Formats: sequence, C-alpha cells, structure tokens
Amino acid sequence: MAIVRVERLSKSYLISEKQPGLAGSLKHLFARTNTSVRAVDNISFEIEAGEIVGFIGSNGAGKTTTLKMLCGLIHPTSGSISVSGYKPIHRKTAFLKNITLVMGQKQQLIWDLPALDSLHVNASVYGISDTDRDERIEELSAMLDLKDELNRPVRKLSLGERMKCELLASLIHRPSILFLDEPTLGLDINAQIRVREFLREYNKKYRSTVILTSHYMGDIKSLCKRIILINNGRIFYDGLLATLTKTYSSSSFISIELTKAVNPVLFKEFGEIIECDELLVRLLVPRSSLKETLFKLLNQMPIKDLEVNDPPTEQIIAKLLRSVSL
Amino acid sequence: MGRILPSSVNSIKRYFYIFRSLFISQYALMIEYRAEIVLWALSGILPLIMLTIWKEADISKEFGFNHKWLSSYFISAFIVRQFTAVWVMVIFEKDNIEGKLSPYLLQPINPFWRYYISHIAEQFIRIPFVFIMLLLLFVLEPSFFWSPSLIRIILAIIAIFSAFTLRFLIHWFFSMLCFWTDRASSIERLLMIPYLFLSGLVAPLEAFPPVIRFVALSTPFPYILSFPSKILSGQDVNIINGYLVMFIWMLIFLLLGRVAWKFGLRKYSGMGA
Repeated sequence: MAIVRVERLSKSYLISEKQPGLAGSLKHLFARTNTSVRAVDNISFEIEAGEIVGFIGSNGAGKTTTLKMLCGLIHPTSGSISVSGYKPIHRKTAFLKNITLVMGQKQQLIWDLPALDSLHVNASVYGISDTDRDERIEELSAMLDLKDELNRPVRKLSLGERMKCELLASLIHRPSILFLDEPTLGLDINAQIRVREFLREYNKKYRSTVILTSHYMGDIKSLCKRIILINNGRIFYDGLLATLTKTYSSSSFISIELTKAVNPVLFKEFGEIIECDELLVRLLVPRSSLKETLFKLLNQMPIKDLEVNDPPTEQIIAKLLRSVSL
Repeated sequence: MGRILPSSVNSIKRYFYIFRSLFISQYALMIEYRAEIVLWALSGILPLIMLTIWKEADISKEFGFNHKWLSSYFISAFIVRQFTAVWVMVIFEKDNIEGKLSPYLLQPINPFWRYYISHIAEQFIRIPFVFIMLLLLFVLEPSFFWSPSLIRIILAIIAIFSAFTLRFLIHWFFSMLCFWTDRASSIERLLMIPYLFLSGLVAPLEAFPPVIRFVALSTPFPYILSFPSKILSGQDVNIINGYLVMFIWMLIFLLLGRVAWKFGLRKYSGMGA
C-alpha cells in the first residue's frame, strides 16, 4: 500500500530580478520585476511503506523543494500530496510524530550545549517518557556507535559525530517516514559508510520508509533499489536502479592495464576515453561493437590485463541528466 | 513504539513536561551566555539615568514629584525593564533566514513556546545580577530605599510577568513580518520610539500634557512599564483597571499573532533549509 502519494504536484516561486549597479537598484526600487520560477513541475509518484527511494538530480532540480512539500514545510502551488493519509501542510500532531526531516547542511541540535540536552528537549516535545527516552537513546547510540560524544557540547564535535547526533535527535520519536536531504554531505568516507549502515539497519528494524536525496552515488547504490531522477522540476525516470543501468547503458566500460605507456591518442579509435593515466586506460565502448573492439585492442596494444563491466551508475545518471538538460 | 503520555488525560502534565525540558535546556544555554546577560542587564540602566536627571530638574516639583516618589518610581522602572526584555524579532528573523525555523516547524509544538520559554529562562538568569545591582544602589544611596508591602510585591510580580508577556506578544506579532520581508527586525527599532516615550520610561506619565497622556494610555506601552512600576513603588494606581486593560491588549495581540502566523506560514519558503 502506498504511504506517500503525490499527484500532479507543482511549486512556483516568485523571484524578483535586479540589474547590477546604482541604476539597477533604483529601477528595482520603483519598478520591481518579478519572475515566476517553476521549481517543481507537475510530478506524480507513489512510495510503498518500507521502501527506500533515492531522489536524484542536479543542484536546483527540485529535490529539496519536493521534500519540503512532502513534510509540510511549504505549500504546493498545485497538485495533491498524501503522506500516511495526512495532508502534510496541515501539520497535524499525529503526522508530525510520524515523520522526520534530516538536512545534511542544517542542524537542529543546540550548538553550545551537549547533544543530550537537545535529545531531552526533543523527547519531551514528542511526549516520550523519561524511561522510554533513555532506552531509545541507548539503543540508537549503540546503532550509531555514539558514546561520550553525547555529553560534549555540539560545537566541539566533528562533522561526522554531529551528523550521528543529528540523526539520533531526528529519530528519537521513531518516525516511520524519513525525509533525508543529503545526510552524508561533507562527511569523510568512514562516516558516510557508518551513516549508510545505520539507515539500512533502521529501515530493516522499524520497516521505515525513506526518501533520500544525495549527490553521493555511494549513498544511492548502497541504500536504494528504486530511484527517481528529476531535472528542471520534472521526473524523467522512476524505477529500479538496476533497470536504469541496463536500459540506459548502451555502452560497456573497459579497464585496461598496459605493460608499457602508449600515446593516449591511439585509444581514440576504440571508444570514448574516460581516463588515461600512463599504464591505466578506461574506455567507454558501444556494446554493439564490443567484440571487435576487444579483438583489436588485444592485437594492437601491449595489454597486461583487461576487464569489461557495465559503466558506473554515476556516469549513466550524469549522461542522462546531461541529455535531458539539452 | 514506546509509551506516549495520553493527551486527553495528561495534557496539562504533558505541557508541564515540555515546559520543564525547554526551560532546563534554555536555562543551561543562558548560563553559557552569562557574561553577555550581565552586559545586557547593565545596559538597562536608562531609568536610573532618568532618575538623576529628574532629581536635578527644577520642573519635577511642578508635577508634584518629590525625591521619594521619583526614586521609587524609576528604580521600580529599572526592575520592570530588566524583566520585560524581549528580543524575539531579532532571533526569529535569524532563524527564518538561516533555515533554523524548519526543524521547529516539524515538531508537534508551536515554535512560539520555544522563544517564549527561552526569554523566561534568560530572565531567571538575570535575577541575581539585578539583586546585586539594587543592593549596590541602596548601599551607595540609602535614601533611595523603600519597602513595598508584601501584597504590592506579589501584585507587582504578576504585573511584571504579564507586562513581559504583553511585550512578547507585540514583538511576536511583528516578528511574523519576517514571512513577508526578510529583514523585519528593523521594526523593533521603530517600536522602541513609542516604547521609550509612551511607556513612562523617560518621564512618568503624570508629566505629560493630558492629551498626550490620553494617547499614551490608549496604547499598550504604559502597561509594559509604568503600570507595574507604580504597583511596585507603592504609588496610587487603579490595579484592577490596569490588569484588565493589560489582559485585553494581550488578547488582541495573541489573536493578531495567530492570524499573522497562519497567513505567514503560507509565505514560508524554508529558505536556507
């Protein structure tokens, strides 16, 4: 059963335009020019309970605006949204107790106090008793590998530690729908992995529904089976990540290790050069001519090792985004 | 799912619980900023400056103000001002611009309470500093000392808290302008002018010409400062009438604030978040 239902959703913003300089400022003062920008344009989708869906797009594609409408922060211009049977913009208590929004670049923890203080405030706001609160903090801390960090002022924590505390604060009321806006932004690779593991574990344990936006394909690949690609406010792909790779990849990715360096120009006739670093060459070759290309490469180049794969998901998505932007 | 306090039976208990947690955290936060709070407290000495000016002015006798009247009034005004400080417009604007309002909006409690309780917590931090400042003042100038009756002290505490709430509600209403214009805190500086002149801070209302006094009493400003100051200083004041007018103003700004909040949220774009 769909827990999130979005139909023909649109959001437009009015942006006032101003020319640079004094003349521009004076003109802006007396005759303001407003332009309507359509951030989200007539999108529809459904998400089943327990699904983890990746929301992918370039900066300004409409991902965050969609998330803000889904959690009831901003009013849609048109269309309808139903989350757990609620209209988000009404922000009913029962709805708010069921959702959370985590923003990688923003924090809700009180900067000058230990994270534990913010957790106590959040617990009381959600009506969680002291006993339950302590149990939950213990459980989530163990899942996030947090120990003494909770007793340190937030400003003294590293970015990774802070993000883990943010997640704990956002999940103390055990929401069943998680809106995550770039939760691993700026984190080092180990912290990214830990956050992903935690989200996977949380999803499994509480059968939560997760809608995730991220520019890190690592997040998407390790968490989401289904992705929604959005560009200029419009959805242009909604389906399984695996299907996307198969459907949209008409090329194969060849990694070559050479015995000696070769002039990179010579590889141009075999396909698109993705990377060329002395003894290591990566090529994108059309599937239709894969056999012949391999044969030629093996005969003409000093090859030590060769591997054929599907192209990385990042490249397929980047290529798709480029093609729909044109 | 853990045990959630049943809202029907325990709604008062729940709100008390929320208030307690918010108060504890905000009090802890304000302790972190204690040095700043001492400076803010020191910056609120305008009534004491006005006291020295009025004491030296020849015209004070024309209005029937004697030394005791002036000192008890302006020292009371100093105390009232300390506990009615409101800065919600500045902080609300900052939270709105930086996107900090978004997580508050997604919690099942109106953000109003966070700001309101953080102000109350800050005033609790001020209590010892204000007492020290008063003690110093009375030691340096014992003739300033007066002793209000217990009933006047109780009535004054209620009036000061109500005056703070009224001032907070006025500022909260104007804070809502942040939803329409990003820089609404400049309104605070505009509000400062009628507050200074109509509240009785610069001069007691008795010193105003009747027409100006009538205008002043038709605004909420005298109830923010002059009314509680007169109760505390033991001067003649219509207490029931004062409380009633204060309550009406609170109700007006509460309703205006609610309407502005409702319409303002439609304009909220969650910028910075």
